[in-house]
Amino acid sequence: MTRHIISVRVENKFGVLARVAGLFSARGYNIDSLAVSSTEHEGISVMTIVVKGDNRILEQVKKQLNKLIDVIKVSDHSEQKSIQRELALVKLNCPGNRRGEILQLCELFGAEVADIAPKSLTISLNGDGEKIDRFLELSAPYGIKESMRTGLVSILKDKE
Amino acid sequence: MKIKGAQIIVEALKEEKVEYMFGYPGGVVIPIFHELYNSPIKFILSRHEQGAIHAADGYARASGKTGVVIATSGPGATNLITGIATAHLDSIPLVVFTGQVSRDMIGNDAFQEVDVTGITRPITKHNYLVQDIKDLATVIKEAFYIASTGRPGPVVIDVPVDISNSLHRFEYPKEVSIRGYKPNYEGHPVQIKKACQLIKESKRPVIYSGGGVVLSDASEELREFVKKTGIPITTTLLGMGAYPETEELSLEMLGMHGTFYANNAVNESDLLIAIGARFDDRVTGKISEFIPHAKVIHIDIDPASVSKNVMVDVPIVGDCKKVLRELNSEVEAPEISEWVSHVMTMKKENPLSYEKSKNPDEIKPQYVVEELYRQTEGKAVIATEVGQNQMWAAQFYKYTEPRTFVSSGGLGTMGFGLPAAIGAQLARPDRRVIDIAGDGSIQMNIQELIVAVQNRLPIIVAILNNGFLGMVRQWQQLFWERRYAHTCIDCAPDFVKLAEAYGCAGIRVTKNDEVIPAIQKALSITDRPIVIDFVVAKEENVYPMVPAGKTVKETIMRELA
Ligand SMILES: Cc1ncc(C[n+]2csc(CCOP(=O)(O)OP(=O)(O)O)c2C)c(N)n1
Repeated sequence: MTRHIISVRVENKFGVLARVAGLFSARGYNIDSLAVSSTEHEGISVMTIVVKGDNRILEQVKKQLNKLIDVIKVSDHSEQKSIQRELALVKLNCPGNRRGEILQLCELFGAEVADIAPKSLTISLNGDGEKIDRFLELSAPYGIKESMRTGLVSILKDKE
Repeated sequence: MKIKGAQIIVEALKEEKVEYMFGYPGGVVIPIFHELYNSPIKFILSRHEQGAIHAADGYARASGKTGVVIATSGPGATNLITGIATAHLDSIPLVVFTGQVSRDMIGNDAFQEVDVTGITRPITKHNYLVQDIKDLATVIKEAFYIASTGRPGPVVIDVPVDISNSLHRFEYPKEVSIRGYKPNYEGHPVQIKKACQLIKESKRPVIYSGGGVVLSDASEELREFVKKTGIPITTTLLGMGAYPETEELSLEMLGMHGTFYANNAVNESDLLIAIGARFDDRVTGKISEFIPHAKVIHIDIDPASVSKNVMVDVPIVGDCKKVLRELNSEVEAPEISEWVSHVMTMKKENPLSYEKSKNPDEIKPQYVVEELYRQTEGKAVIATEVGQNQMWAAQFYKYTEPRTFVSSGGLGTMGFGLPAAIGAQLARPDRRVIDIAGDGSIQMNIQELIVAVQNRLPIIVAILNNGFLGMVRQWQQLFWERRYAHTCIDCAPDFVKLAEAYGCAGIRVTKNDEVIPAIQKALSITDRPIVIDFVVAKEENVYPMVPAGKTVKETIMRELA
């Protein structure tokens, strides 16, 4: 089982998300994360899908993705150098007396405090998946009330 | 001038030169039917939507054209599902129109509303919900293009009723350009060179040809390829007829109920040349032990078929016809006379056979199929249902031309044969069309007999009536302690009376010496369908049989005492 980051450029058309997601679900795959957004081209969207699975079966899924009429291009970013970003929002328990510690942690990670309430702090953090994992790990002892992540987006590095 | 959406649909069908349309009406498609009524398109009214779609499918298989279907929303659309899936698994080009409730009602659980694009997504090549009258003509153009190009398949167009009723100018696009859909037809020259090299070096090559060769009309090129290389050839169920089974180098069908010599030749081969075939599990048996010694060349239009089940040494993605042409101009014949004579010996020593009946009152189903072959001189178009009847039709009728065997392979849909025979007869008025049927399958769409009557189609329905859901019974006998759980269907209608009630000719055959006269009588009737109820041996089995998930070595050749 390897982790794959699959970037799919699609026509921005009705039903396309269901078509793409359907290829994974029909094979019993659970998508770890999925991000959909617009691109530099009007009418083209990009989906970044993170999924774990057997290489051979994922090879098949990629071919099946390519077969979808609304899919323009499929690339596997796990095989190439890419820049990856994800955004997390984390609501931490934060009694007034621990605020300092937490702010220090935020500073170390370059995270931003998005909201302050009497007993909690909402933090916004971006970075690659690993950085966010680490932040969540270190902030867990304070008590995470709620957290969510956007799902990875990934762009290939230019080769010179 | 602005015309209604419904008229746009009919105009587009005319542009596509659609001759026949198959379907069934209902509320939200009345506007379209209203326009079809006075159009030059011949409409074939089924008696169940499943009948309409299988008929369109049979028409497509027998003619090579795209089948066109229309049904109403809700239950009309859901009745099509089995037929859409049948066409999808066998890569048959269909364009299917379904009515939909009007756009402002979609999502409201309106009367007869179902999410057609949602339901059909995994069983279509592509589907559309028309959301703007401006898109309608383009959608239809694209649908015909997508259905019939690349690896063909069914395309569904869901048309809300208010779209059918709204007005727009009709302009039919001349060309289609879809960024994400550019099928690749030309095989890569380097790959073709590599293939020629492997062929030249091979000692024990076999050609394994499938439905893709039929779909790409590459039968000529395939024959040429066999002639040039002298390599023995086996076909899949759907590939039958692309190469004449009466030719010496033909090993006929391979797979679960394939010939001994086809399966063993493939097993012993050192090179398997797969053309338009997809290594289905009914062909390979236990995949890990399939072709233990062979390299593989795989020619297929669909990149996703390549190295899906079997790792391929030389993939050639392209149209079978074009690639075979290229191969034919470059390939050199390998030196394989020893191998060929070995294979021919296997063929001579292990022919398809069955125990002939010694009792004049016991008719062997295989014998019926043999006589159908003899009496029609192999010139009929054969449709089949599913089960033992299908396998005997494959084994004991010899196919010499493409598009003369019409059968549901991938999905194995009981109830396919009769409506498919109707479609095939419309496509081939010059040929007799016979549905080789089981007594179980025929009851799944028997209402379609009236469609054949109405259209004066002289199709022959040859029921191999064994009183059982025979193929399932065979598995129960061989692998499930002979416990015939709910497979006995001898509580059956009188098929002769039923035929007559529909206005068909009905003939019952219970003795061996009645078989030939009955077939001859049926062939002499040309103005209505004929149902022949062949009362056959009850517990006859299909052999050889490679049990599911087993290897060629475990083939059951005949009845164990
Ligand atoms: C719609 C459908 N339901 C169930 C099956 C499973 N099935 C495969 S063969 C078979 C028996 C077919 O019986 P019959 O039509 O009498 O043909 P026979 O095998 O006796 O020739 C069944 C039930 C199927 N293939 N299709």
